[in-house]
Amino acid sequence: MRILALLKRIIHQMVRDKRALAMMMVAPLLILTLLHYLLSSNTVDPRLGVTGVDETLVSQLKDKDIIVKQYDAQANLKQVIKDDDLDGFLQFDGDHINLTLINEQPSAAKALQMQVTQAIAAENAKEQAAKITTFIQTIQSKLQGAPIKLDQTKAPAISTKFIYGNEDTTFFDQLSPILVGFFVFFFVFLISGIALLRERTTGTLDRLLATPIQRRDIVFGYLSGYGLFAIIQTLIVVFYAVKVLDIMLVGSLWNVIIINLCLALVALSLGILLSAFANSEFQMMQFIPIAIIPQVFFAGIFPVEGMPEWMQVIAKCMPMYYGGDALVSVMYKGLGLSDIGIDLLVLLGFALVFIVLNVIALKKYRKI
Amino acid sequence: MSASISIKNVSKSFGKKVVLNNISLSVEPGQIYGLIGPSGSGKTTLVKLIVGMDRPSEGLVHVLDTPVPNLNLLQEIGYMAQADALYTDLTAEENLAFFASLFKLSKKVQKERIAYAADLVNLTDHLKKRVQDYSGGMKRRLSLAVALIQDPQVLVLDEPTVGIDPELRQSIWAEIQRLKMTGKTILVTTHVMDEAEKCDRLAMVRDGEIITSGSPQELKEHYGITSLEEVFLKAGGEKK
Repeated sequence: MRILALLKRIIHQMVRDKRALAMMMVAPLLILTLLHYLLSSNTVDPRLGVTGVDETLVSQLKDKDIIVKQYDAQANLKQVIKDDDLDGFLQFDGDHINLTLINEQPSAAKALQMQVTQAIAAENAKEQAAKITTFIQTIQSKLQGAPIKLDQTKAPAISTKFIYGNEDTTFFDQLSPILVGFFVFFFVFLISGIALLRERTTGTLDRLLATPIQRRDIVFGYLSGYGLFAIIQTLIVVFYAVKVLDIMLVGSLWNVIIINLCLALVALSLGILLSAFANSEFQMMQFIPIAIIPQVFFAGIFPVEGMPEWMQVIAKCMPMYYGGDALVSVMYKGLGLSDIGIDLLVLLGFALVFIVLNVIALKKYRKI
Repeated sequence: MSASISIKNVSKSFGKKVVLNNISLSVEPGQIYGLIGPSGSGKTTLVKLIVGMDRPSEGLVHVLDTPVPNLNLLQEIGYMAQADALYTDLTAEENLAFFASLFKLSKKVQKERIAYAADLVNLTDHLKKRVQDYSGGMKRRLSLAVALIQDPQVLVLDEPTVGIDPELRQSIWAEIQRLKMTGKTILVTTHVMDEAEKCDRLAMVRDGEIITSGSPQELKEHYGITSLEEVFLKAGGEKK
């Protein structure tokens, strides 16, 4: 069995190359851990300076987790905001309200703006309600008939339900399934691509092809050899993400593993294929911005539905689009195998096409 | 029995560039056949056509009466490439075992062949060493051992002694002679003239054409000179 011979050799080589092994197994965990803490860390409470604002509004703002600092009227707002490290400044000047935002981080500034506006609106509504009550009471005191009954309107309580996730789900919960898949994809691509590239550049591929081995045996040998390490890597990454980082996993762990294995197979066959078009490790690296990075954009981190038509077409040509969709479906939405069947089929289709192309590409080295 | 290697009117061009032009030669069983010529003369291309890595643009190549390329034929061709194509992160033994397992050999025969080939090139004591710790000469010898691993009838050695010190060159040639004694057909390329003396027959290649061929003695007599180097220059001059 020539495939077995290749498999055995690849295992020998991989086990000797401790660094590559470490990169494949440990690096994804490191990045995943960093991102986990980065994205699920708490946001800092915004600091707001106020002047001329009445007490009830201040307490409302404080209820919204805004740190409020009282000031006398300030001439140079910019300086005060900078000096006191404020995120914004709210100024009441008679009927006129001024809100100055530092806008260092647009998203934080928008959130603060919204909270302040909401607080002011709520305050206004309260005042309005109080005025109406007084007005009605005044009328009633003048009319001596049956008293008009005034129902106090209460703000209806909104109870929010979530179909997927819950009120505590963060961006990371939605992102992490995609990241798990992407790391498997990326590292398998890199290692397998460079491994076959080395075989080409050192001439061992030529030598290999001077034996009665079939071209497809080489491709399948490589797939099984690096596939084995891809499986180990997938298991480590998935278990680490779910058991150690406690990433949200609603669906079945087995489905996650199946999806990642399909992704690894695609990455493996793509890596081997692209290495045919590279003459050095450096040229292999040049494929990363072209073949790998765009995959992230279309994996579901940004909603594909909102993209222009032509970009949606590109998205559908990206293996990670299907991998990301399947992973989010299982890990975040808790869907089952039947819901991700099409994604898996498409991934396997990609792998099949790449494998066939690989067998053909080896013709460059031997005609039969 | 007919020729081990027979090449008839073979031409090869890559795009517009003609690398081999109407080459014919035949190598009899048990012969050492030398292809001599400067770098870039098309020797390696010819070797690749014989092994079956590439197809000729025109003409026919037969090895052991079988048309090339043919996968099963590779069982009978031992090929030593110009560059040492070895897995440097593996030990010599693992290299030999890997290549051995690509051929149709039983486990027992594989073991015997590994021991035999390693012994032939004097590497038995270094089998457990990783190839990256080998010297250049040891790598060359290991490459030769790899070419011998399946006990092929025909050996195709592309510049087996390039970049090797004189002493080692002697020992590699001694091995080639020994292989000849066991009845192997050997095709060697070289650009070193004194190695040409050791061949039974020679073909001098220049710019993709055979400028002259014959036994070293015949060539010298034909041109009336004593050194093959001069034969090469003279034959090349006549051609022009």
